[in-house]
Amino acid sequence: MSEKERFSVVGKSLPKIDAWAKVTGQTRFADDMTLPRMAHGKLLRSPHAHARIVRIDTTRARSLPGVYAVITGRDLPPVKFGILPVSQDEEALCVEKVRMVGDAVAPVAAVDEETAERAAEMIEVEYEPLRALMSIEDSLAHPEVRIHEYGDGPNVHKAVSLQFGDVEAALAGAHLVREDVFFFEGNTHLPMEQHSAVAHWGPDDKLTLWSSTQTPHYVHRLLGKILDVPQAHIRVIAAPVGGGFGGKLDPFAHEIAACKLSQLTGRPVKITLTREEVFYVHRGRHPVLMWIRTGFARDGAITGMHFRSWLDGGAYGSYGVASTFYTGALQTVTYKIPAYKFEGARVFTNKPPCGPKRGHGTPQPRFAMECQIDKAAEQLGLDPADMRRRNLAEPFTKTANHLTVTTIGLGECIDRVVEASGWREKRASLPPGRGIGIACSSYLTGAGTAIYWNDMPHSGVVVRADRSGGVSVLCGATDIGQGSDSILAYLAAEVLGIEPKDIRVHAADTDLTPVDLGSYSSRVTLMAGQAVIQAAERLRARIFEAVARKLEAPASALVGRDRRVFVADDPERGVSFPDAVVLGESMHGVLAVPGSYAPPKRAGKYKGGGVGPSPCYSYTACVVEVTVDRETGEVRPTEVWIAHDVGRALNPLLVEGQVEGSVYMGLGEVLMEEQVFRKGVHKIPSLLEYKSPTTLETPEIHTILVETDDPEGPFGAKEAGQGPLLPIIPAVVNAIHDAVGVRLDEIPVSPDKVLKGLELARQGKPARVGPERLPLLTFPAPRAVESAFGQPAENIAERPFST
Amino acid sequence: MKARFTLSVNGEGREMVVAVHKTLLEVLREDLDLTGTKHGCELGECGTCTVLLDGEPALSCLVLPVECQGREVTTIEGMAVDGRLHPLQQAFAELGAAQCGYCIPGILLTARALLAENPTPTRDEVRHALAGNLCRCTGYTKILEAVELAALRMQAGDGAAAAVAPREARA
Repeated sequence: MSEKERFSVVGKSLPKIDAWAKVTGQTRFADDMTLPRMAHGKLLRSPHAHARIVRIDTTRARSLPGVYAVITGRDLPPVKFGILPVSQDEEALCVEKVRMVGDAVAPVAAVDEETAERAAEMIEVEYEPLRALMSIEDSLAHPEVRIHEYGDGPNVHKAVSLQFGDVEAALAGAHLVREDVFFFEGNTHLPMEQHSAVAHWGPDDKLTLWSSTQTPHYVHRLLGKILDVPQAHIRVIAAPVGGGFGGKLDPFAHEIAACKLSQLTGRPVKITLTREEVFYVHRGRHPVLMWIRTGFARDGAITGMHFRSWLDGGAYGSYGVASTFYTGALQTVTYKIPAYKFEGARVFTNKPPCGPKRGHGTPQPRFAMECQIDKAAEQLGLDPADMRRRNLAEPFTKTANHLTVTTIGLGECIDRVVEASGWREKRASLPPGRGIGIACSSYLTGAGTAIYWNDMPHSGVVVRADRSGGVSVLCGATDIGQGSDSILAYLAAEVLGIEPKDIRVHAADTDLTPVDLGSYSSRVTLMAGQAVIQAAERLRARIFEAVARKLEAPASALVGRDRRVFVADDPERGVSFPDAVVLGESMHGVLAVPGSYAPPKRAGKYKGGGVGPSPCYSYTACVVEVTVDRETGEVRPTEVWIAHDVGRALNPLLVEGQVEGSVYMGLGEVLMEEQVFRKGVHKIPSLLEYKSPTTLETPEIHTILVETDDPEGPFGAKEAGQGPLLPIIPAVVNAIHDAVGVRLDEIPVSPDKVLKGLELARQGKPARVGPERLPLLTFPAPRAVESAFGQPAENIAERPFST
Repeated sequence: MKARFTLSVNGEGREMVVAVHKTLLEVLREDLDLTGTKHGCELGECGTCTVLLDGEPALSCLVLPVECQGREVTTIEGMAVDGRLHPLQQAFAELGAAQCGYCIPGILLTARALLAENPTPTRDEVRHALAGNLCRCTGYTKILEAVELAALRMQAGDGAAAAVAPREARA
């Protein structure tokens, strides 16, 4: 039976189940919601990057007609929180001090937005400005000015040091050792939808929050703590999200303020952020300075790698400890690296906090690594594609840092883009000013560890069938535009033999749906997917048992397809699906079946080993062709070929969409996006000044999907939402070198940097533009762990809750 | 200060009394409950709030109701007629051109204006027409493909065939 015949839904390019609502403008985002008597909220935010709050007087604001309530931090329980249990350093509303321009101080609820804004301006706040630390160097140079009282040193949030195997020996034995320094500027998610939340504290003293959030579960947990209310009395519903990319993964001041204001006023309260506020809320890509020392054998094999990263974390922890570990975790999953040492440090500064943005801490090191490999290839006289192709990690083995890799389709990905792009011919023949570059990468398909340690499922589903023949799928998974609601419908339909249209998906409602941890680390298709498959298979078993009795055939002889349940060898003997459900309901009673998924427990047994493991990894190779204008320094990518090992494309249309969107976002980051500050203030907090690609800057993208049918994934699927972003950045940078001979070790590659490189070349100096200095920070002594490189993978497709 | 306005929106006369400084975007969303038109930036920089004014794309966040008197305003809610999707809407849904969907109303209307003026645009012409609409999800590829598909279908069929009946469409 061909693949096409084997599956009835999987592998088909179907429209999403919510496509119709989206193309008619009927999707109700959070700011589209209106409730009776609803008030509008605005937050007064700090104008200072670092200051003590001496006094707040809300009297004038409260007396403005149309104002329902004004609160400050003192109206909330004195509780600090943070998305990570190890860095709970945030207050919803600042009490003692503010640590960044834009820090939330005092919200107002009023009859409309305009009145709330006017009232916010009437709140009197007396600040005592403190020295603002605006860079890693600043923060390290002024230990007497503490942004936080905790950390691994003055203004050092976290410093880690891990060693797997004898890296020094590996480098000593190498044919070539390269030492390079790279810098990746911070950038932000820039979702088209500004954050928005509506809170309703009802007369029954129970709270409902609708919010544009990627993680209703974590928000639910933290609201209970922050508001000092039992979680059982709080309901969090994720409204459709108009773009997340990691920017809507923390609990936010505006969500908490809306809840409290609703409690005080007895009205629903909506707070929607302005675009400028979204820039300040941030939680985006960390600026990272990186130093890598790598040993290469003559054939380009990596003998060992020593990697150091310094992250500019901004004013709060957010996901930053995880980000720090991520800058050192995934280097080892693409090419064989027998010995590996990683040192990383995150430093607090008085800027909007950095957190998870698509790729979460891995695009920066991947850029550095892939550019260093390109430099090494040049020195060794090797073709950059061949050098990578020859030294790929082995499938179903462990890496030096104890990550288990399963299927690796990277070889095929490289072959396909090399062929499709005409790589070899173009390398030899493109004229000066035009260049071609290659890079590879990998990303995890779901973090193997939850944000808070527990032994419970990471994703849960209840599938319910009733005598109408309709099937409901309830799951906490949050659709942020990637199509997770549709995936739930497709997979349930595939297992049950019905149409996606027959499935009703109810998602992301903490009252109704079992917990799913949220849309981050590309976990949803795999984890919610496996949970829904399990639930649907259990439901199918109950239905088949009843149909088997009716048809007087063994259940094992039955198949469900085309909305019928019938004997496989005698299709005439069968019943319609609705009739099958009636039989099932008559035999078993109510048909509502759970499915649970938790990933295999594979974390390396060392501190920090919880960041990096995943059930499986996706792989991507891309080739980018660019044109560089030597007069202006402008870089124009003209064509992109990208091959992505997705395991299995459950819906090729959706996978392509993720690949194309990732390419687009990678291009934005490499060419033009930067979250930068001047005198404490964001330099460019608008959609015009903060550059992102329009249709005119986005080249033609050729997407090639590679399928490796991974045993860990639902029908073999791996992730697609983040991996394809990673290789774009180094591929463009490598292409620029091919075009004009300039090495840009700094992102974004703005025209002025290209021109600087060309000028250096003209002066006969090395045509390299990039960071020259490293911060003075002593990393802790490394925790030495034996290298697991080359050990066979264990516990494949073995995981909790699987029976 | 409030004033009385009568706007023709999606072919219907709508009378309202609103503050004179409210933008068309705010009036559509807050006074007419037509929330299909979205805000993205408050400054007219992103194209998310695009509506059609007498068939031409306009940024509703930069337009005042007083400027719209005597003119026809078309929002996303007016794109499907009597429940029949516009071929652009059908193509966008079929080709996966809407991911989060937030930018899509503005893009659909801009594309509609393009096809009304230029029924057989080249890819480059589609790119240029949509250059004022930012999307952060799709990388634009499927949006461009969907506009081209809709254009082909509109050229191939007559008006009746081009508008797609709801039941057949949504399998």
